[in-house]
Amino acid sequence: MTQSNRLSGGQIDRTTKLKFVFDGKSYFGHPGDTLASALLANNVRLMGRSFKYHRPRGPLSAGSEEPNAIVELRGGNRQEPNTRATTAELYDGLFAKSQNRWPGLAFDAMAINDRLSNFLTAGFYYKTFMWPAAFWEKVYEPIIRKAAGLGSLSMKADPDVYDKGYLHCDLLIIGAGPAGLMAALTAGRAGKQVLLADEDFRMGGRLNAETFAINDAPADAWAAAAVAELSSLANVRLLARTTVIGAFDHGIYSAVERVSDHVKTPLPGKPRQILWRIYAQKALLCAGATERPIAFDNNDRPGIMLASALRTYANRFAASPAKRVAIFTNNDDGHRTAADLRAKGIKIAAVIDTRANAPLTGDYEVLRGGQVIDTQGRLGLTFVTVRLANGETRLLECGALGVSGGWNPNVHLTCHQRGRPTWDDGLAAFVPGGTLPPGMSVAGAANGVFSTHGALASGQAAAVDALGLSSPKPDVPVAEDVPVSQTPFWYVEGCSRAWLDQQNDVTVKDVKLSYQEGFRSVEHLKRYTTLGMATDQGKTSNMGGLAIMAELAGKSIPEVGTTMYRPPYTPTAIGVLAGRMRGMEFHPTRLTPSHHWAKERGAVFVEVGNWLRAQWFPIEGETHWRQSVDREVRATRTSVGVCDCTTLGKIDVQGTDAAAFLNKAYCNGFAKLAVGKTRYGLMLREDGIAMDDGTAARLAEDHFVVTTTTANAVKVYQHLEFMRQCLYPDMDVQLISTTEGWAQYAVAGPNSRKLLQKIVDPAHDLSNEGFPFMACANVTVCGGLRARLFRISFSGELAFEIAVPSRYGDALMRRLMDEGAEFGVTPYGTEALGVMRIEKGHAAGNELNGTTTALNLGMGRMVSKAKDSIGSVLSRREGLNTPDALIAVGVKPVDPEEKITAGGHLMNASGAVNAAHDQGYVTSAAYSPTLGSMIGLAFLKNGAARHGETMRIVSPVTKSSVRVEIVSAHFVDPEGERLRA
Amino acid sequence: MHDLQPLNPLGGAGADHFQVAAVTLTENPNVALASVSARHGFSDACQAKLAEFLGAPVPMAGKARLGTSLDALWTGPDQWMVCAPFATHEDLATQLKSGFGDTASITEQTDAWACFDLQGVGIENVMERLCNLNLRAMAPADATRSTIDHMGCFVIRRLAQDSVRILGPRSSAGSLHHALVTAMRSAL
Repeated sequence: MTQSNRLSGGQIDRTTKLKFVFDGKSYFGHPGDTLASALLANNVRLMGRSFKYHRPRGPLSAGSEEPNAIVELRGGNRQEPNTRATTAELYDGLFAKSQNRWPGLAFDAMAINDRLSNFLTAGFYYKTFMWPAAFWEKVYEPIIRKAAGLGSLSMKADPDVYDKGYLHCDLLIIGAGPAGLMAALTAGRAGKQVLLADEDFRMGGRLNAETFAINDAPADAWAAAAVAELSSLANVRLLARTTVIGAFDHGIYSAVERVSDHVKTPLPGKPRQILWRIYAQKALLCAGATERPIAFDNNDRPGIMLASALRTYANRFAASPAKRVAIFTNNDDGHRTAADLRAKGIKIAAVIDTRANAPLTGDYEVLRGGQVIDTQGRLGLTFVTVRLANGETRLLECGALGVSGGWNPNVHLTCHQRGRPTWDDGLAAFVPGGTLPPGMSVAGAANGVFSTHGALASGQAAAVDALGLSSPKPDVPVAEDVPVSQTPFWYVEGCSRAWLDQQNDVTVKDVKLSYQEGFRSVEHLKRYTTLGMATDQGKTSNMGGLAIMAELAGKSIPEVGTTMYRPPYTPTAIGVLAGRMRGMEFHPTRLTPSHHWAKERGAVFVEVGNWLRAQWFPIEGETHWRQSVDREVRATRTSVGVCDCTTLGKIDVQGTDAAAFLNKAYCNGFAKLAVGKTRYGLMLREDGIAMDDGTAARLAEDHFVVTTTTANAVKVYQHLEFMRQCLYPDMDVQLISTTEGWAQYAVAGPNSRKLLQKIVDPAHDLSNEGFPFMACANVTVCGGLRARLFRISFSGELAFEIAVPSRYGDALMRRLMDEGAEFGVTPYGTEALGVMRIEKGHAAGNELNGTTTALNLGMGRMVSKAKDSIGSVLSRREGLNTPDALIAVGVKPVDPEEKITAGGHLMNASGAVNAAHDQGYVTSAAYSPTLGSMIGLAFLKNGAARHGETMRIVSPVTKSSVRVEIVSAHFVDPEGERLRA
Repeated sequence: MHDLQPLNPLGGAGADHFQVAAVTLTENPNVALASVSARHGFSDACQAKLAEFLGAPVPMAGKARLGTSLDALWTGPDQWMVCAPFATHEDLATQLKSGFGDTASITEQTDAWACFDLQGVGIENVMERLCNLNLRAMAPADATRSTIDHMGCFVIRRLAQDSVRILGPRSSAGSLHHALVTAMRSAL
C-alpha cells in the first residue's frame, strides 16, 4: 500500500520505513507514527467495531482518550486486547487485528444488532432476560458472556516480565506539555529533584501538534530544546511513555512506564512495563485538556473525529484521514484546525460554526449558525448534511469531519481522593475543585488555562509556589495568548441516534430513556446506560451525558454532578500490577539447612508457609507415598530417625525478668523452671483460646530459648513483642528471633542416644541420668562446634533435638547419616512426623484451630490458678467450661480396614444424623503402621468420660459412615516410658 | 577443632559472584553478627560499652558505624547489630557477652542472615526496583530496615559511595539473590 494520505512535514522519520500488518494486510509507516496515524496515512479509516451495535468505527482522537480505534496488538501469547491504536507506537513488524467483529471488519455479521437497535436500548438486558427464570443460568448468561467484552484473550501465559520500582522526588510533574515543561525547567534549574512523566513517547504535549511559534521558533522545536535541556540536568528524570495512573495517600502516585511496548520483543532481562510507586513531596498536574465532541445523528462514522485530533494527525504525524475535510465547531479552536489543514493542502469543504458571529478569517467557507444534522457513508464518511442558519439543508462531500465542542480540563487525578471538580461558567467546563490531594497543584489546560502563554506562565508559577522557590526563574517565553471563549453546545437539537459514548454505544436517546425510567442520578445513569464505562472511562462522553441529563431534569450541570473518577487513569495490564510476583516468584521461598542434602536424597517437598520441607524420602522400590511414610515411622520407632525441624520458630528471650515474662506468656508455670531444663508450654490468646504451643528451654537464669510451631513463628514473636513493649514495659526482657540462625534436627528412636553419642563431644554425658528427659544444654559437637541439645520428643520416642549454626547444618545432617548407618538411621519427613505425633496424641495446627481451649485439648489443668497469665482469666469463662465441653480423644475404626477422615463428625452409634445430634469432629487422621489401622484425633463432647464408647464418624462430603471406638488420644506409649528411657 | 564443612546461604562453598554492566553482586559469608540489646535501666552503660568496642560513638536511628574496629548498626531502641569479619570473629557473641556483662543481652545472629554486597556505578537504579528506600538520599553509613520482595532486610549504605550491603533472611537467600539478579538485569 502507498501512503496516499501522507502529508508533508511532521515529526516522523521518513528515512526509515516500518512494515506492519493490520488485519492481515501489510502497510508501511515511519518512526514517530502511531498505529492509527500510519493507518490513516495509508488511507485506512475503519479500525474497529462498536461494542453493542457493531457500528464501523475509526479513531475519534489522537490520544489515550480514544474510544473507537481499539485493536488486538501483537499475536500469539503476546496478544494484547483492547489496545488503543492512537497510542500504540509503530515499530517494524507490528502486528494488529481489529476486534469485536465476525467474520471481518468490513463485513461484520453482528452488525445486525444495529438494525435491532429499537430492542437493544439502554437497560434492555434488565428487561429482556427476566423470564423465564430458569433460562438465566443455562441460556441468557452464556449468551451475554459470549457477547460481552471487546477483544479476546490469547489464553496463553504472557512470556514477558513486568517490574515494579520506587521513585522519590521533590516535584512530580504529570504531563510534559507547555505547563509541565515550563514547571520542570523552573524546578530543574533550581536544583530540585524533579520527575517529569508523560504518557506519550514524545514529550511536548500539544506543542507537537501545533503550528504556532514560541519565542519565534516552532512550538515543537521549543519543546524539543526544553526536553534536551532537562535531560542534561542530573536532578531531573524524564519518564516518557509513562502514565501516572493514580494519586494515593501521602503524596504517593503510581505510574506505568511502557519500557518495551514499542519494540517487537523486549530485550533479554528487560521488562515490558514497570509499575512505579512515586513518593512525591509535591505534585503538579499538567495533564492538559480533552476536546469534547458534539452529538448529532450518525456522528460515529469513520472519518468523524475531534478537530484537534485532525490537527495532530496533520501537523505531528503528517497524515490525514481524507483529502477533503469539513469542520463542525462551536468555538475558535475549530477554525485553527481548518487553517492548519488548509496549509497542508487539504481541501476544506466548509467550517460549520454554530455561532452566528463566527469569524470569517480563513481561506475557506464558513457556514455561520450551521449545524451538522446527519452523515452518510457505510464504512467511512462520504457526506454530511448541514442545516444552515436559514433552515435550509446542504449536503457537503467530505471524507473526514473535525468536531470541536470546546475543551474539558483533565481533572481526573485531582479527584482520586474523593475530591470533586467545580464548574467554571466561563469555560462551561469542570475545573479542579478546592479539595486536591495534599501536595498537589494544577497548572495549564488541566486547570482551565487554555492559551499557550497561560500554560507556560502557570506551569512556572505553580512550580515556584509548590517548591517555595526564590531563585531566579527562567523567563516565560513568548507564545500565543488568544482569549478562549467556550459556550456550551452539547448536541444538535432533534437528534436521536447521536452517539455520546462511542465505545459503549450510548446515544442521546438512551440518556433520555434513562431519565424517563427514573434513573436520574449520574451514578444510576452510568450503570443503566453504561455511559462512561470500559476502557476509555468516558473521557470524551461523560460531559455530554451529564449535560443532557441536566437539561431533562431542569438542573444545571454542576447540580447533576459527575461520577467518581477513580484510578487507573488509563487501562492498566494486570501483569504490571503483579510485577515480578507471579508463578514461583509469588512469594519468597525458605529453604531448610538440610534442603540441598534432602534434594540429593530425592525427597518430596511440601510448601509449609514459605518453607519447603521434606515430606518423605522415597527409596528404590517404593511406588506409593504410604510405603515411604510407613517405613520412616517404623524405622524411627524401632531404631533411629532424623527430621529437620529448623522451621519451628525459635525466639531468644533474655533478661533478669525473662522467667517472669514467660510466666505471663504461658498459661502454665515457668518461674521455677530449673536451668538446664525444658518445659512444654501452652500460650493462650487474651480470650482464653489456645494460640500456640511449644517448649521453652532455660539455658541460664536470664536466658530462655522459646520454640513455636512453624506456622505461628511470626505471630508468637509479634505477640511477645507486644507484651514486652506494651503490657510489661517495666520488665527487663529482650527478644530476638533466632529461627534462621540455627539448624535444628530431631533425632528420635531407641537408638537416638547411641547415635548422638557419636556426634556430641564426649565431655557431655548423654546418659539418662546425666541428660534426662526435658534436659537442655549448650554442648559441642564433632570436635568443638558450638551446639544446643534438647531432650524433647514430638514422636513419643526417646528423642533429642540438636541445633548447630545454620551454615553447619548440611554437614551435620550428612554426619548423622554417616554415623547412624550402623543403626540403619532413616531420615523422615513431615508426613511421618505427623503420623507419629497423632500416634502420640500431640496437638498440632489442626487441633490449635482458633476455637479450642486448654480444656478442649485435654490440658485444662495446665492453666495455672496460682498465677496470672494472658488468657487464663477468660479461659475460665462459664461458656468454655460446660460439662459437655469438647475434649480431645482418640478414635480408631471398629473394622481396622475402615477409613477415618479428618473433618468427619462424630455421631452416636444409633439415632439421627444431623447437626442437632452432633457430638464432635475429627481433626487429624492417619494410617498408623504401629497399630495397623487408621487412627484419628477428635474433639468429643464430654470426651474424657466416653473412652470405650462406640460411635459413628459421618461425613456428608464423602457420604461415609464409619463405626469407631473412642479411646485415649495417646495410642503409643501412654505412660511415656519410651521417651524417658 | 571440628571438621564440619560450612555451606553458604546460597548453598555453595565459595562466595557467589554476579555482574551486570558495572555493578557486581557478591555473596559475602565472611560476616559475623551479634545483636546487642540493653538491659532495662542499663541503656547508658550499654552504649558506653558498645562505644568502647566500636572505638566510636554508637550509631543512632537510621545509622550505622562503619570502618571502626567493629561495625554496628542501629536496629531498634537500645538495640544494635554488631558486625565483624567471620574469619576472626566466629565467636563474636561470646566476646561481646564477656565485655557487656549484665548491661546487655547478646545473641548470636551470624547465621540468621545472608549478606549480599552490591557495588558499582548504577546501584541506585538496581535498588529502586527492589525497595522503597531512597538510596540516592542515603549518606554513607546510613542503614535501615526495609522490605525486598516480601523479605525483611537491612540495607546499609557503605562508606564507598557506590556500595550497599543487604542483610536478608538466610533461609530465603535464594529468593533474595534471585530478586537482586533480576533487578540488575532489568535496570542495568
